[in-house]
Amino acid sequence: MVNTSVILSGLKLDNPVIPASGTFGFGREFSEYYDLDILGSFSFKGTTREPRFGNPTPRIAECTSGLINSVGLQNPGIDAVIGEELPRMKEYFHKPVIANISGFSIDEYRYCCERIDAQEQVGLIEVNVSCPNVRHGGMSFGTSPESAAEVTRAVKEVTTKPVYIKLSPNVTDIVAIARACEEAGADGLCLINTLLGMRIDTMRRRAVIANTMGGFSGPAVFPVAVRMVYQVSKACSIPVIGCGGVDSAAAVIEMMMAGATAVEVGSANLVNPCACKEIIEALPAEMERLGIERLSDIIGIVK
Amino acid sequence: MTMQRQGTYRIAENRPLTASVWRMVLEGDTGALTAPGQFVNIALEGCYLRRPISVCDYDEGTITIIYKVVGRGTAVMSRMRAGESLDLLTGLGNGFSVDNGARLPLLVGGGVGVPPLYNLARRYVAAGRKVQVVLGFNRADEIFYADEFRSLGAEVHIATADGSVGTRGFVTDVLPALEFDYVQACGPLPMLRALCEATSCSGEYSFEERMGCGFGACMGCSCKTRYGNKRICKEGPVLKKEEIIW
Repeated sequence: MVNTSVILSGLKLDNPVIPASGTFGFGREFSEYYDLDILGSFSFKGTTREPRFGNPTPRIAECTSGLINSVGLQNPGIDAVIGEELPRMKEYFHKPVIANISGFSIDEYRYCCERIDAQEQVGLIEVNVSCPNVRHGGMSFGTSPESAAEVTRAVKEVTTKPVYIKLSPNVTDIVAIARACEEAGADGLCLINTLLGMRIDTMRRRAVIANTMGGFSGPAVFPVAVRMVYQVSKACSIPVIGCGGVDSAAAVIEMMMAGATAVEVGSANLVNPCACKEIIEALPAEMERLGIERLSDIIGIVK
Repeated sequence: MTMQRQGTYRIAENRPLTASVWRMVLEGDTGALTAPGQFVNIALEGCYLRRPISVCDYDEGTITIIYKVVGRGTAVMSRMRAGESLDLLTGLGNGFSVDNGARLPLLVGGGVGVPPLYNLARRYVAAGRKVQVVLGFNRADEIFYADEFRSLGAEVHIATADGSVGTRGFVTDVLPALEFDYVQACGPLPMLRALCEATSCSGEYSFEERMGCGFGACMGCSCKTRYGNKRICKEGPVLKKEEIIW
């Protein structure tokens, strides 16, 4: 009998599989396909202070082994998340959830994180400083060590639960930003968010996405994510949640060998609503095949 | 008992109706389908995202879809043969209503927007209601399913842009000759908008948008309505006329 459990800053997960923010809504749609309590946890839709409609459509473009999205942080706002989504979530998810928070100012990050920290269902806060789809926010905080550290410090001042900073791959040196977050008090890191990408409709001679560019994700970005998780986990001593192109139990194990303590699954949920269920079910056999008894033993095992 | 929402379906038939429009009949569990105008989302070899296709008709064991070959995904579909299998998400979206109180419903379809009206017409006929259908195409050789609607017992009117069959012009050019008190439509956006403006009665309009997941998770196909933000794949694709913001 293999052991799939892992611990993220004191939060024990039955397995390392976590649906990634933005690909899982607040879980409700997936609860029609399987029992969500089999998940390690899940990271809910990036939440801001105000409700947001997001960007104009088309917001989605197909790519080879992936997709580009430019949703633009559509969400019902922190009041509705606390007042409606979290109470409703109690009906279909009975484990600590990961709260993904985004913002357009330090004050907004602080305000939303303080409020979400007080919710008993929330086990961990994931601070998104890496959304490529909104101007004057999101990614701009995550592209310099100074501003990433500033967000981290501000959020840590008002929270009691573990704070993980979700980092952008669209930077020159992700290690410098990761280190700055660790020094500023982050309990952990999550990487990578999407890579900035673009597709063109050659018949119409214009970008497929209404906003021209968007975030590229899917199996195509997996090697980039593995590389960055490896670099960051070697340079930092806080846990890393690996994210980017994971779509199989084998990819979960590879990401953990690179240094991830837990693994987020994103795009795969969109093409197969049962993706996380199938990955979790496939993990024991894949562990046995590779001679792994305890999944936590392989975290960062690659030199 | 939970409805089967994802499953493997066997292709029973796949054949062209016109130069670019194909009909595929799939065998499998149809229990998740509850209304005309819903769609299925099809996983295809070599395509990352699934392809959403509206359901033309369904019964206890088969789903009929009609699709136009417009890109890589639909080209892959057109090359598939009877006996092969497809992975489908079914029962997706909010479809057309049948118990809507309309005395004289008018069904209006443009091009590849015609198929989802077929099951709707069949249900009206089954309920003993009179059904009028207006089908719009560009040319005579693009017309499909007019005879199938007639076989149901529907009164069929055709408009072609070049005048080769029926009324010359658009579907809206057929309207003055007809009496109706409810419109249910599917077709290109300009057609839907013109139809909405040309008619004073209430109705339901089916919309199209590029989708990520097709089941409400990714927020890729959101639109604004008078009743708040909606997802074309979940609260749509069929919206009520009074909520639409053009």
